[in-house]
Amino acid sequence: MMVEHSDTLHQVVTAVADTAHAASGHEAMTPGEIFGHLLKHLQNSNELALPFVGNVELPKFPPIHIGGVAIDLSITKHVVFLLFCGMLLTVSAILAARAYRKSLVPRGFVNLLETVVSFVIDDIALPSMGKAGMKYVPYLLTTFFYILLMNLIGLVPYGATATGNIMVTAGLAIVAFVMIQFSAIRAQGMKHYLAHLTGGVPWPLWPIMIPIEFLSLFTKPFALCIRLFANMTGGHIVVVSLIGLIFVFHSYLIAPAPLILVIGIDMLELLVAFIQAYVFTTLTALFMGIGIPSEEHSEGH
Amino acid sequence: MAPQVFAYLAAGLGAGLVILGAAFGIGKLAAAAMEAAGRQPEAIGKIQTAMIISAALIEGVTFFALAICILLALK
Repeated sequence: MMVEHSDTLHQVVTAVADTAHAASGHEAMTPGEIFGHLLKHLQNSNELALPFVGNVELPKFPPIHIGGVAIDLSITKHVVFLLFCGMLLTVSAILAARAYRKSLVPRGFVNLLETVVSFVIDDIALPSMGKAGMKYVPYLLTTFFYILLMNLIGLVPYGATATGNIMVTAGLAIVAFVMIQFSAIRAQGMKHYLAHLTGGVPWPLWPIMIPIEFLSLFTKPFALCIRLFANMTGGHIVVVSLIGLIFVFHSYLIAPAPLILVIGIDMLELLVAFIQAYVFTTLTALFMGIGIPSEEHSEGH
Repeated sequence: MAPQVFAYLAAGLGAGLVILGAAFGIGKLAAAAMEAAGRQPEAIGKIQTAMIISAALIEGVTFFALAICILLALK
């Protein structure tokens, strides 16, 4: 059943308990206060909820100062899940590689992995980058599996969605930006890469064209970052709002209606988790493919 | 009336307008994709990919506008 396998639901259960506790203290909470209280459970925090143990306080490190900028490297809830997903991915990739050394015919879990890997190669990498892009497939596979795992782990009880934190998606987008520029420069050479920034227009128009082209280099990864963040956060906010209705109406009788709606939204969340991993990878591959000249690519622009 | 009232009003109306635009765009996109898939069922894979990419691009711009609405409501 979906009910048991949803993080949003788990988060909501703890959030509901907390909100009920807070509400019992002082009678009337405004809807805004209720919403704010529930929303806290979507945000990054220094507490990790564990099964049977309860909330665990995570270690805090003093911020590191580099040239007047304080960098806080404390391990927070989202960092725990970032590291956990990374380790899970590394271990399963190594296990899959070992299985291939024994026999080339995949079975069980490795078979599942191979299906997804061949999907990424055939449906994402090859159509947008062609044969020349095959050397960037490892990067695309890493991105796809990492984002997918982080999205899905948010749908497991006691899990948190690390991709629902804009800093995480910004990090992913920065890596994508570096890879897009790197692949373009490597495929075309520095001279051609800079020539593309002029957009191929006559030189009097360069002062207009160069800033636009330069800006468009940054808007693409920025859109990637915002899209993933907003999609993963949006679904959770909808769930929280629906559950918040119970507190706003101050009645148990209203509870079944939000519950049914929340189960529906959770089904949608499962779909969105896959689609967003797919979209992030496809768009990265597409932007990289623009920079990599193929046989059909004309030099005209 | 306090200026915050207008900010909330603008945020609410803005979010509604943004969704109208996005829904219109994605609706047209989906209609065209369905029609294309109906004409050429063998090309459904390629059509789907192109549709999802275009939908994602429309969605991206929508999120920019929604972020502005959220900023209006929160500040």
